[in-house]
Amino acid sequence: MQIDLRTVAIQPQRQAFDHLVRRFGDKPASRYQEGSYDIQAAENLHYKPTWAPEKELYDASLTRIVMQDWYALKDPRQFYYSTYTLTRARQQETAEANFAFVESRGLADMLPDELRDVALKVLVPLRHAAWGANQHNTFICGYGYGTTFTQPCMYHAMDNLGIAQYLSRLGLLLGDTDALEAGKQAWLDDAAWQPLRRYVEDCLVLRDPFELFVAQNVALDGLLYPLVYERIVDEHLSVRGASAVAMLTQFMSDWFDETRKWVDAVLKVAAAESEHNRDVLQDWTRSWSARAASAMVPIVELALGAEADEAVGQQLAALTARIQKTGIPL
Amino acid sequence: MDMKVAKKKLGLKEKYKLMTRDLGWDTTYQTKEDVFPYVGYEGIKIHDWEKWEDPFRLTMDAYWKYQAEKERKFYAIIDAHAQNNGHLNLTDARYLSALKIFLQAISPGEYAAHKGFARVGREFPGVGTQVACQMQAIDEIRHAQTQIHAMSNYNRYYNGFHAFADTRDRIWYTSVARSFFDDAMSAGPFEFMIAIGFSFEYVLTNLLFVPFMSGAAYNGDMATVTFGFSAQSDEARHMTLGLECIKFMLEQDPDNLPIVQNWIDKWFWRGFRVLGLVSTMMDYMLPKRVMSWREAWDIYGVENGGALFKDLARYGIKPPKGWDDAEKAIDHMSHQFMLGLYQWSFGTAFHSWIPSEDDMNWLSAKYPDTFDKYYRPRWKHIKKLADAGTPFKNYGLAKLCQCCQLPTVFTEPDDPTLTCHRESVYNGQKYHFCSDGCKNVFDNEPEKYVQAWLPMPQLFQEPINGDLGAWMEWVSLRDGKDNGDYAGSEDQQNFEAWRGLATTNQ
Amino acid sequence: MSTVFIALQANEETRPIIEAIEIDNPQAVVNRQPAMVKIDAPGRLVIRKSTIEEQLGREFDLQELHINLISLTGNVVEDDETLTLSWNS
Repeated sequence: MQIDLRTVAIQPQRQAFDHLVRRFGDKPASRYQEGSYDIQAAENLHYKPTWAPEKELYDASLTRIVMQDWYALKDPRQFYYSTYTLTRARQQETAEANFAFVESRGLADMLPDELRDVALKVLVPLRHAAWGANQHNTFICGYGYGTTFTQPCMYHAMDNLGIAQYLSRLGLLLGDTDALEAGKQAWLDDAAWQPLRRYVEDCLVLRDPFELFVAQNVALDGLLYPLVYERIVDEHLSVRGASAVAMLTQFMSDWFDETRKWVDAVLKVAAAESEHNRDVLQDWTRSWSARAASAMVPIVELALGAEADEAVGQQLAALTARIQKTGIPL
Repeated sequence: MDMKVAKKKLGLKEKYKLMTRDLGWDTTYQTKEDVFPYVGYEGIKIHDWEKWEDPFRLTMDAYWKYQAEKERKFYAIIDAHAQNNGHLNLTDARYLSALKIFLQAISPGEYAAHKGFARVGREFPGVGTQVACQMQAIDEIRHAQTQIHAMSNYNRYYNGFHAFADTRDRIWYTSVARSFFDDAMSAGPFEFMIAIGFSFEYVLTNLLFVPFMSGAAYNGDMATVTFGFSAQSDEARHMTLGLECIKFMLEQDPDNLPIVQNWIDKWFWRGFRVLGLVSTMMDYMLPKRVMSWREAWDIYGVENGGALFKDLARYGIKPPKGWDDAEKAIDHMSHQFMLGLYQWSFGTAFHSWIPSEDDMNWLSAKYPDTFDKYYRPRWKHIKKLADAGTPFKNYGLAKLCQCCQLPTVFTEPDDPTLTCHRESVYNGQKYHFCSDGCKNVFDNEPEKYVQAWLPMPQLFQEPINGDLGAWMEWVSLRDGKDNGDYAGSEDQQNFEAWRGLATTNQ
Repeated sequence: MSTVFIALQANEETRPIIEAIEIDNPQAVVNRQPAMVKIDAPGRLVIRKSTIEEQLGREFDLQELHINLISLTGNVVEDDETLTLSWNS
């Protein structure tokens, strides 16, 4: 028997799950809300972690930031797994097409040697920095509190890995496996890369998830992405005839534009919560962005030479303004 | 994989290596011990993380591409299911009890696994291992979300789903699953991998997802089939990760063997107890049954598990200690669980019921050695009480096992007429267990299991103080709607009325 | 000998994959269940890209298998051309 169920008009018994009605009122909930709010266990946790017996399994006190409700840190993109994945799948199609275009037209071979060298020197070692970013965001997801805050960090971590992989492909395309080897060598030994590597390694031992968020996603990315992908790739290299490089890094530019809105939203809500949070955030943003800026100078120098100081200075000023707009006085 | 390489022709393995483990480096500004502080204390020795074999070699671009395709399919189906009143295609609404248990107990476990894998995805020093764990971390939040989304529409029409975020932390039976995942997450990174990656994913999830989802298909629940099979496609990667991980640990150092064996013993038993409820879902809760729990166990437990442990024997691994006891329990457990659920149904946010004559005939055909002998008479007695208007309710509190947190309703492995009880004394306190398996787990690590939050004693503490009504409010259980017998329930009445609307012109 | 298996969703996309598996693994047994096709084989099962491509009439990336995969057992070995499941015992 075929039943045409569409014709049946029946009254729903309720609009949404109880916890969402409590938060948002008695109305249908969005899939973002259903997939994000209150889905982390909150009470009656069974055992203390054997790796940190003084802590709880989910422990908001791992960070100095204090929130009455961690779910206030919502993602303005409202990413849950599906919307996140669909968005990145579309972007990867574009990236794929860009790589195919550069490859099929031999654009890589047409790059002036000097510009190719700059591109390889600056971009390839960054695959390691992106791996560092992946470690930090994975950490924040793992040890942070509240799904609206931690879920986008997992997406961010996978993005960081994707970026490391796009940079690896770029290296292979422009300079084969030798380029990756040289890039790794530079990351490990060249003086220009040591301040950044030290920065990343110092973050690897930070175990306050929110401070790590500031150090990586606010301070370092806030300088690195505009400096590398706007200032060096889009302006410096493209103007001189290496726009093929910009095609290969379009993912990173688009990604930074998109994700900074989320990063800012997190800062804004955390800062608005209390004087205490503002003080802590002021302290962190100030010290980490100063460190990030000085780590970026020798890297920017690889492309811009003597103009590096000024470029980094301008970008630091822009970042400072950006942070101030989130309500953190600097 | 989409990575195209211009010059040297690189194979899949080499390419993947460049895209993952070549990204990492040995830190020099910070020590390895400070960067990976949790990797040593369990005693597992790893000499060379480079020897790690990647289970599947998906780079992020391929991951996004294929996962997006799965997501598009999934949401297209559940949207259609919601728009077309797909819930009225169910064979019967009592089936929903299985989904209610799933949402309250299993979906939160998916979320816990998400967090746990994010942690180990950071704590393991090998990049290959980390990447595989991170992918599982993001997959697991997918599973939690697709399950909530698939069941959201059922929540709009049926009771028992609405308070899953409250019951997860407060009601007694979800404590079984919660204590399992809390146990894994509070362990070190290697034990976590054995717990979730190996025992749960590899040895046991096939039992949960494959026959049960086929059952959902049989019963017209396309929403569940879709999330089940869609999740299971990720599980294929996860299972492979679990297996690679155990092989890696065993190959790295012979000293790892006893530690790993001990964890396998423990986590097989923990997993067997948690997934035991699936037996009841399969044997009792599916109105149209696809196979019995016994048949599923023979395929996915005996045959696959057997093959797995035969394969691992070359490392000196033996089948889990509780394997024989598990085998002895298979023909009993679904009946024992369902009898338990029925007598405590006042305290469950799902319905249970007395199996019909037809159901019992099916059960006796599937369990020829046990059902008629031990369980049909009990159901008959319960039916007689119900018919006389004095239904059998046990308002007494169940004695819970300190380890698995299930009521101690199981029988002795070799005597199905005798309830199994075990005890241990630790620091002058007595603790109760449902089985040797659970007692062994406790005795190996009593300092951990004495911490367990036990939901029954909670009834007598603030804010409940022994008041059943207050307890129901505290766990968000609406008496007379969410709980009790399916017969006469609001769910039953509504389903029948709505189906009537669909099949007649009234 | 221990059995390995692979289970795929039963749909139009997997039909040529299942045919290819049957061609490459004459000893395999195909079980059709509700919404699922489970293929069992003694000891070893090979999935070959080229055979699937012949059935499909287009290029096929073995990783496309992930879209419709439900479950599998055995040790997995994956390269550009094949995906092999096997037990060592």
